[in-house]
Amino acid sequence: MSVQNRPLSPHLQVWRPQMTMVLSFGHRATGVALAAGTFLLIYWLVAAASGAEAFETARGLIGSWFGRLFLFGWSLALFYHLCNGIRHLFWDAGIGYELPDANRSGLAVLAGTAILTLATWIAGYAARGAF
Amino acid sequence: MVEFTLPRNSRVTGGKTHAAPAGATKVRNFKVYRWNPDKGENPSLDTYEVDLDTCGPMVLDALIKIKDEIDPTLTFRRSCREGVCGSCAMNIDGANTLACTKFIDEVSGDIKVYPLPHMAVVKDLVPDLTQAYAQYTSIEPWLKATTPAPETERLQSQEEREKLDGLWECILCFSCSTSCPSYWWNGDRFLGPAILLQTYRWIVDSRDEATGERLDALEDPFRMFKCHTIMNCTQTCPKSLNPAKAIGELKKLLVLRTV
Repeated sequence: MSVQNRPLSPHLQVWRPQMTMVLSFGHRATGVALAAGTFLLIYWLVAAASGAEAFETARGLIGSWFGRLFLFGWSLALFYHLCNGIRHLFWDAGIGYELPDANRSGLAVLAGTAILTLATWIAGYAARGAF
Repeated sequence: MVEFTLPRNSRVTGGKTHAAPAGATKVRNFKVYRWNPDKGENPSLDTYEVDLDTCGPMVLDALIKIKDEIDPTLTFRRSCREGVCGSCAMNIDGANTLACTKFIDEVSGDIKVYPLPHMAVVKDLVPDLTQAYAQYTSIEPWLKATTPAPETERLQSQEEREKLDGLWECILCFSCSTSCPSYWWNGDRFLGPAILLQTYRWIVDSRDEATGERLDALEDPFRMFKCHTIMNCTQTCPKSLNPAKAIGELKKLLVLRTV
């Protein structure tokens, strides 16, 4: 009998996803996305420091439909990470560990993310006089 | 380390089908993970067509029927058949539970049965629990007291005893630990929900006098703090216990003793 060759039993491949798990993975994913998005912020600042021409290029890039889509995703990640971070603070205080509570707070995070993201973009477009 | 896919030798390929006997009227398909250490092949998923008219109501009943009547090579652990020994913990229908307390009727479609996830497989549905037991040993799961033993037993008030409810019922089936993605990917250094619930069980026990050293042992980036409140443990516990909450209480105790 070979102990060395023992297979690893399936894990993620066979697990039926539950909301608490998916939201947790989402927290990690949005954290990574936020860190990656910071590079855009750095680029924008560097462009601003480099002069008018570079700044105009950056403005054009970020203002394009692709740039706005990226910004939308970034804001979504920000608000998700923020809301779920607050959920984590409650857990750290020992609150909300019962399954119905954890599921409800998860739904609240999703609702909060949607509301804050949409409100931000509506406010942004309104400030530019789009409406 | 996080690895989303299975190593090459662990990928599930193919599988045999064992047809139901002629005349069977209420057939359900059981798709069961198989791996034979003597063959040197990859694991497979065998299909057993089981006639439920001649089978008990639980998934364990079906597994025993398969072993008795269809395929005696099928290997799994079982003992008490009533949810108190924890031997038959396995992954059924995408979650970990005890085969003996899981109704076949609870599952819709084919009943998929795998060993506890992300464990080394000894054979078929039998995972190697050596490390999990070693981790259990590491928390010294016994009453530690330096005060002299009293004439009779060490007494507790009813309130003190109630703090153990939801903890003492744990049967160490490791459904929770093997449901935890943190344990999947850091099980060598993270103790996992089952062991952490046991740690809390001794810390919260009014008769135990080793709270300080037990908490000291958790001051580590991995042993407890790899818990990210994913809550798979609480979702999957076949005894409806709440390891996530126990870990939350431990985290609180660690903070509170420094302020």
